[in-house]
Amino acid sequence: MREKIIIAGAGGHGIMLLGKILAQGALREGREVTWLPAYGAEVRGGSAYCMVIISDRKIGSPYVEKADTLIAMNGLSLSRFKPRLKENGLLLFNSSLVTGKVSAKARIMGLPFTGTALKLGNVKVANVVALGAFIAGKKVLDKKNILRVIKDMAPQGKKDLIEINRKALCAGIGLINDKS
Amino acid sequence: MTGNEAVAEGAIQAGCQFYAAYPITPQNELIAYMAKHMPARSGQLNRVFIQAESELAAINMVFGASAAGKRAMTSSSSPGMSLKQEGISYIAGAELPAVIVNMMRGGPGLGNIAPAQSDYFQATRGGGHGDYHSIVLAPSSVEEAYNLMFLAFNLADKYRNPVIVLGDGTLGQMMEPLKKVRNPESKIQNYKKPWALTGCKGRKPNVIKSFYMKEGALEEFNLKLQKKYKEIEENEQRWEESFLDDAEIILVAYGTMARVCRDVVDNLREKGKKIGLVRPISLWPFPKKVFHRFTGKADQRKRFLVVEMSYGQMVDDVRLSCCGKAKVEFIGHSGGGIPTGEEIIRKINEKNI
Repeated sequence: MREKIIIAGAGGHGIMLLGKILAQGALREGREVTWLPAYGAEVRGGSAYCMVIISDRKIGSPYVEKADTLIAMNGLSLSRFKPRLKENGLLLFNSSLVTGKVSAKARIMGLPFTGTALKLGNVKVANVVALGAFIAGKKVLDKKNILRVIKDMAPQGKKDLIEINRKALCAGIGLINDKS
Repeated sequence: MTGNEAVAEGAIQAGCQFYAAYPITPQNELIAYMAKHMPARSGQLNRVFIQAESELAAINMVFGASAAGKRAMTSSSSPGMSLKQEGISYIAGAELPAVIVNMMRGGPGLGNIAPAQSDYFQATRGGGHGDYHSIVLAPSSVEEAYNLMFLAFNLADKYRNPVIVLGDGTLGQMMEPLKKVRNPESKIQNYKKPWALTGCKGRKPNVIKSFYMKEGALEEFNLKLQKKYKEIEENEQRWEESFLDDAEIILVAYGTMARVCRDVVDNLREKGKKIGLVRPISLWPFPKKVFHRFTGKADQRKRFLVVEMSYGQMVDDVRLSCCGKAKVEFIGHSGGGIPTGEEIIRKINEKNI
């Protein structure tokens, strides 16, 4: 098993955090994992992306040339990274922020990550909604382990964030399950 | 943990007592980790962290701390390393141990902050003025970055010589599991430092200098240094190799590029291609010994392909080590991207090497 993922969006979307939760979740399952951020002069509202590889074997290059999965949180990042998705890969994009028709030789799933987060009452958890969609769409990680990571990561004094993130994760899983 | 943090954690566990640096991307997580952990885990070592006012100040603080017998370290990235060269030359000239980490980025000049391996010459040839060498170690994973810090401090103390740990932006920024499994080599070796400036009450004063004006004195000192370098070249060559027994094409790469090459080797081996990999871990001394194996008549068929994030620096050492007896090809670029696996495979096929 080797899953290469590109996660892209705007600065402030929680792209790096999404990647880190994913990587830590994989680590909990005893997998080999790498996480590599784009560390340019990133600013809020600018573009942000990171690359995660999850594998059963030792990982060579942490750089993802061709991804098995692309998670795109907005239109700009979708058009930028679409060429780096493998043929028949999984394309998860944020239909709340992407307008127009999306075509690609891929398993395309446009899901309202931002809309779902807003319904939950916190736009910031759109990234965790997307993460939920990914684990339901690819089934390479167990939900339990992701929840464990979220619990561990929540800073002291902000443990109330755990519950909304749990809801967001479940809502993301629900988005996929409703579709299929 | 990121590579930057692993280097910092390795340094702390290897007994680093003094760290001074000036921030620069892409090694900022290193200095941030040290700022947090050096004072908090000070313990009996009385660790000192200083964010210096400049790279020059940082390296000269390291000079001073090392002269006082402390395990001292600084870190930077390419443009900052250029600023430190005077200090490194002085440290080498004063025969002081020091560990200097360079998480390389694009150059020349201010360049950019993308990963690069263009400081190979600077690191392995001395970098500053005078006939000197730093020992140069090149980790290729987060785990190895952690482990090599023990070796770096030990070698620095053993030979009283600067040791450069040469990584790149990718290694610094990437996260990978760190199990903190120490290599057998990764323990603190306590070398006695009778030469250190510790207050001379009751003993003859020690002198630390790199200035020799008396006729013949500098030549004599240089000969002593050369003898030391020869000993290091003999004892400290380190590398990792795979499939060299039957390989017809041998990739040579260090650090992050070796990871890309490992993927290529795995990929092509599955297809039955006889391909191997040499990954130098010590860049100075360069692991000539492994290449000397392939200078015999029977090995004429072997071809080397050197892959770097530069326009060809380590390839010189490979050519020198092969003594003109093997064909050495090169692929690489820097300043923006990392040579990809696809590119390397294309090169192998196109040249039919």
